[in-house]
Amino acid sequence: MKQNRIQKKLQEDKKLLSIYFTAGYPNLDDTVKVIQDLEESGVDLIEIGLPFSDPLADGPTIQDSSTKALNNGMHTELLFEQLAAIRKTVSIPLIIMGYFNPVFQYGVEAFCEKCKEVGIDGLILPDLPLDVYQEEYESIFKEYGLINVFLITPQTSDARIKAIDEASDGFIYMVSSASTTGAKTGFGEVQKSYFDRIANMQLKNPQIVGFGISNSQTFDQATTKAKGAIIGSAFIKHLTEHGPEKIADFVQGIR
Amino acid sequence: MRNPLSIEVKLKKIPAYVGMTKIMSYHANEKGYYGEFGGAFIPEMLYPNCEELRQKYIQIMEEPSFKEEFDQLLKDYVGRPSPLYFAERLSNKYNTKIYLKREDLNHTGAHKVNNTIGQILMAKRLGKNRIIAETGAGQHGVATATVCALMGIECVVYMGEIDIARQAPNVARMKMLGAEVRPALSGSKTLKDATNEAIRDWINNPVDTHYIIGSVVGPHPYPDMVARFQSVISEEIKAQLLEKEGRENPDYVVACVGGGSNAAGAYYHFLDTPEVGIIAVEAAGKGIHSGESAATSALGKVGIIHGSKTLLMQTDDGQITEPYSISAGLDYPGVGPLHAHLFKSGRGEFISITDDDAMKAGMELSKLEGIIPAIESSHAFAILEQRKFNPSDIVVINLSGRGDKDLQNYIDYFKL
Repeated sequence: MKQNRIQKKLQEDKKLLSIYFTAGYPNLDDTVKVIQDLEESGVDLIEIGLPFSDPLADGPTIQDSSTKALNNGMHTELLFEQLAAIRKTVSIPLIIMGYFNPVFQYGVEAFCEKCKEVGIDGLILPDLPLDVYQEEYESIFKEYGLINVFLITPQTSDARIKAIDEASDGFIYMVSSASTTGAKTGFGEVQKSYFDRIANMQLKNPQIVGFGISNSQTFDQATTKAKGAIIGSAFIKHLTEHGPEKIADFVQGIR
Repeated sequence: MRNPLSIEVKLKKIPAYVGMTKIMSYHANEKGYYGEFGGAFIPEMLYPNCEELRQKYIQIMEEPSFKEEFDQLLKDYVGRPSPLYFAERLSNKYNTKIYLKREDLNHTGAHKVNNTIGQILMAKRLGKNRIIAETGAGQHGVATATVCALMGIECVVYMGEIDIARQAPNVARMKMLGAEVRPALSGSKTLKDATNEAIRDWINNPVDTHYIIGSVVGPHPYPDMVARFQSVISEEIKAQLLEKEGRENPDYVVACVGGGSNAAGAYYHFLDTPEVGIIAVEAAGKGIHSGESAATSALGKVGIIHGSKTLLMQTDDGQITEPYSISAGLDYPGVGPLHAHLFKSGRGEFISITDDDAMKAGMELSKLEGIIPAIESSHAFAILEQRKFNPSDIVVINLSGRGDKDLQNYIDYFKL
C-alpha cells in the first residue's frame, strides 16, 4: 500500500501535536476554517469529530459541542460536502473520529469511499471493536487507503495491546487514564508508570497519547516517551470562548 | 392453598437449560449474537470489565453456592415463586383461558428484582464494592438500591433529570434505601441519557465498580446474563402450568417489551419450543406514525445503541431519537437483541398498543380481577381486544409489575 499522510507524518523526527474538534462547531460552516487555521498554526494531525447524539466515551465538553453541532444541522453527508475541496488548501493528515452508528447507517463501504474521495487518511471509531473490524471491515478500510486507529487504556492487557499493535498500521491511540474525555487533567505516578510500561513493550506502531492533555506542561509530560499527544476538550473550550478565532494563539500556547 | 415447596420439587424436574445455549437457535451464541443482533460494540475503556464478565458469568451462575444463594433470596426475600393465577372473569370475557404470571407480587413490585438479586451476587463474586445503575421510571433503580441495601454495598443510580422530576416517589424510595440518585443532565435527560451516564461512570471507575444494567440490553454478556436471571419466570410457568393443566407449555406467552427483560424471562424456556406462540407488545404511544411512539420493531432500523447491535429508533443519519410512551418503562429507543432477532426471524409476533388502549386495559383488569397493573403491563393486556384466541388456548400474560407507581397517571388520565 502506498504510504498515506499519517504514516509519512509519523516518520518525522518530532513530537506530534494532534488536535480534535467537532465538525460544525461552534458554527455549522466553521469546519473548513478551523482545519485551515490549525494547519497554518503548525499542528501535525487533525481529528475531525463527526458528532453523535450519544457519545459514550466523552465528557460534558465534547458532548455539548456534539449536541450543538447537531442542532446547527451537521450531518454526515454535509461533512463530506464541506470537505469536498479541502485537499485544495491543506495537506495535513486528516482523521475522522466518531461513533460507529452514523458510519454504519451511511454504509461502511460508502463512508470509506467518500473518505478517500475527499482526502481523509484515517478513522477513529472507539466503539467499533477489534474483532468486528478484523472480521468485517478491515479489507474495506484497506481498499480505500484508510488507517484505522485503535485505543488502548491503562487497563488493557499486554496480550491485547500486542494484538492491537499487530492490527494497526499507523499509530495507537493511548488513552492516558481510565476516564471519559476532558475528565481529568495532568498526570501522576500511575500515568508515568503506564507510559513507561507501554514504551518498554517496543511496539511496532508509535503511540499518541490522548485524554488529560490541555497545555504545554501536560503535552510535554505525555510525549516524554510517546510520539505525540492529542488535545480535544481544551481546544473545544477555546472554540467555545473565542469562536473559530485565535487558533494560532491556542496552538502556540502548547509548544 | 398451594404449598410453594411443591413448585420447587417440580422445578428440579426441568432440565438444566444453562449451558445448552449452543444448540438453541434463539439464544445468544458465545459472542453474544442472536442472529445478526447483539455483540459488544464498546470503547476499549469498557473492554476489560465486559471481558471479565463474559469469561466468568456462566461459570459463576453455575456454581452450586451461587445457585443456592440466588434461589434462597428469590424465595425468602422476593417471595418467589410468584403465583400463576387463572383469571376467570377475564377469560370469560375474551373466551379463552388466561393465566397471569404475578410478577407484580414480587418485593419492590415488579420483575426487576430477579435480575438485581442475581447481579448483586455476581458483583460480590467479582470482588466489586460499588454498584451503578440506570433507571427510567425508577423501578430498576429501586430494585438495585434494594439489593445494595441488603448487601451493604455503595449504590449510585443515574436517572434523567426530567424523570427525577416526574417520578418523585421512586426517587424518595431510592434515597431511603441509601442510594445516591445522580441526575443525567445530557441529551434528552431521560432513560437513554441515564444509561449513557452510567456507562461513563463505569469508564471512569473500571476497577471497583459493577454496572447493574436493568434490561436485556447493552453489550454482551448483559443481554444473555439478564435473560438468564429473569428466566426464573418461564421456569416457574412451566412447573405451575404442569400442576394446573397437566402440560408444561401454554399456547401463547404474552409480555410487554421496552428493553425487554420481563419478556425475555417469560419467553426464555419456550424460545425453542415452536408450538408456544410468543407475543411481544410494544408501546405505540400516541400512534405508530404520530411521531410520539416507542414501537421499535415498527420504527427502528438496525443500529448500535449502548454497545449492542439491535433495532433502534434513529434518524437517517444514525442519530438516536427520543421515543415516547405514557409508560416510562417502555420508552427506550432500542430493544434487546434477543427481541430484535425474534422479530426479524418471525419467531415472535409483535403488536403495538397505544396509550389509550393500554390505559383502558389497565382499568379493565382492575375492575374484572381486582388487580391494578403497572401501565407497562397494561399494554400486554390490551392485545386481548385486538388479537383473537381460541377458547381452548392457554394464554399466559406476564403481569410484570403493579400499578402503585402509576397511580398519578391513572388519576390524571381517568380524572379519578
